[in-house]
Amino acid sequence: MDNLIWIFISSLLVNNFVFSYFLGLCPFFGVSGKLETAFRLGLASTFVMLITALCTWFLNTYILIHAPYLRLITFIVVVASTVQFVEMVIKKMSPALFRALGIFLPLITTNCAILGFAIFATNRGYGLVEGVIFALGAGGGFTLALVLMAGLREENELSNVPSLMKGTAMSLIIAGILSMAFMGFAGLFSA
Amino acid sequence: MSQSNTYEEFIKGIWKENPVFVQVLGMCPMLAVTNSAINAIAMGLATFFVLLGSSTLVSLFKNFIPKQVRISCYIIIIATFVTVADYTLLALIPEVHKELGAFVPLIVVNCMILGRQEAFASKHGVGLAMADAVGTSTGFLFALFVLGSVREILGSGTLFGVLLFGPHFEPWIIMLLPPGGFIMLGLILLFFNWLKEKKDSIVSTQLSMNNQIG
Repeated sequence: MDNLIWIFISSLLVNNFVFSYFLGLCPFFGVSGKLETAFRLGLASTFVMLITALCTWFLNTYILIHAPYLRLITFIVVVASTVQFVEMVIKKMSPALFRALGIFLPLITTNCAILGFAIFATNRGYGLVEGVIFALGAGGGFTLALVLMAGLREENELSNVPSLMKGTAMSLIIAGILSMAFMGFAGLFSA
Repeated sequence: MSQSNTYEEFIKGIWKENPVFVQVLGMCPMLAVTNSAINAIAMGLATFFVLLGSSTLVSLFKNFIPKQVRISCYIIIIATFVTVADYTLLALIPEVHKELGAFVPLIVVNCMILGRQEAFASKHGVGLAMADAVGTSTGFLFALFVLGSVREILGSGTLFGVLLFGPHFEPWIIMLLPPGGFIMLGLILLFFNWLKEKKDSIVSTQLSMNNQIG
């Protein structure tokens, strides 16, 4: 139980995917303009991570032990088809949510946080329960990072910054400062 | 295919359309592995190999790949080359491979590579596609090297493991940690913005001078 809580807190705060592993930076800088969309994208990614966790566990336990060199190709195909599948299910079950997520669902395929999640879970040898908890933590951390960044950028929209700083350069420096703040969480656990 | 055209495709990827500094693509590997110059170069070379291989193959097969499933086809081609690069690195330089960790397999989702397939290799001949791939990945390697060496010099006072400043230098540990990567890349982008603005203002003053003369 302790171990599970540790995995959750660690992936949520201490080893946040965005701020300490640099995963999922494209959506982090691309979609963090608005609070609302940032939150939705975070939720969708978490959902895909959860399903990927189940698939990864299944593949690792039953199939990839026979052909480890096919790992990467299988994972990327699994992620791509999961996203496609999730898209179809959501469209059928809840058209409202489907409209709300819009273009972000298909884009999740090329989100390195998802593939990175699958690879990390494999490298660390997580089982089924650990994998699911890890997915929840990592997805939650990703959502948190997106929402924080979107909030800051919405505020920044109105402020008067030098024209040189506008755009990605400033987002990167803000991200650096946020990342410094997240380093403070490292003190939560004294190895 | 004229010589100058191929050369142009090659050179534009390095400077004018540098994937990192100008197009801001491929950020994840860019920031994650640049805490030392040697890691940065290993990553750059791996990406170079993957991009060159997949651009060549995509360009060769562009007439056989159905439009509807092209993205999946590109991804599988890229994933194959990444697997080759991953195992090659593991065999040749295991220490560097260990430090790069999960980021070698993550080359698959480097949006720069997929972007080049979709925007260039699938529309041009093999020669041009290869020139474009070499140019873009050299630009990427250059960017990785700049960020990697700046972070290594400031963060541990060394370059390629050689001590630069003598024993009294106090290393800026923050440069090796994630925040240092974000902030340093931000500053470098700022520098590029400044260069661009300066160039634009020179061009506009020249234009206005010409107008006055005319």
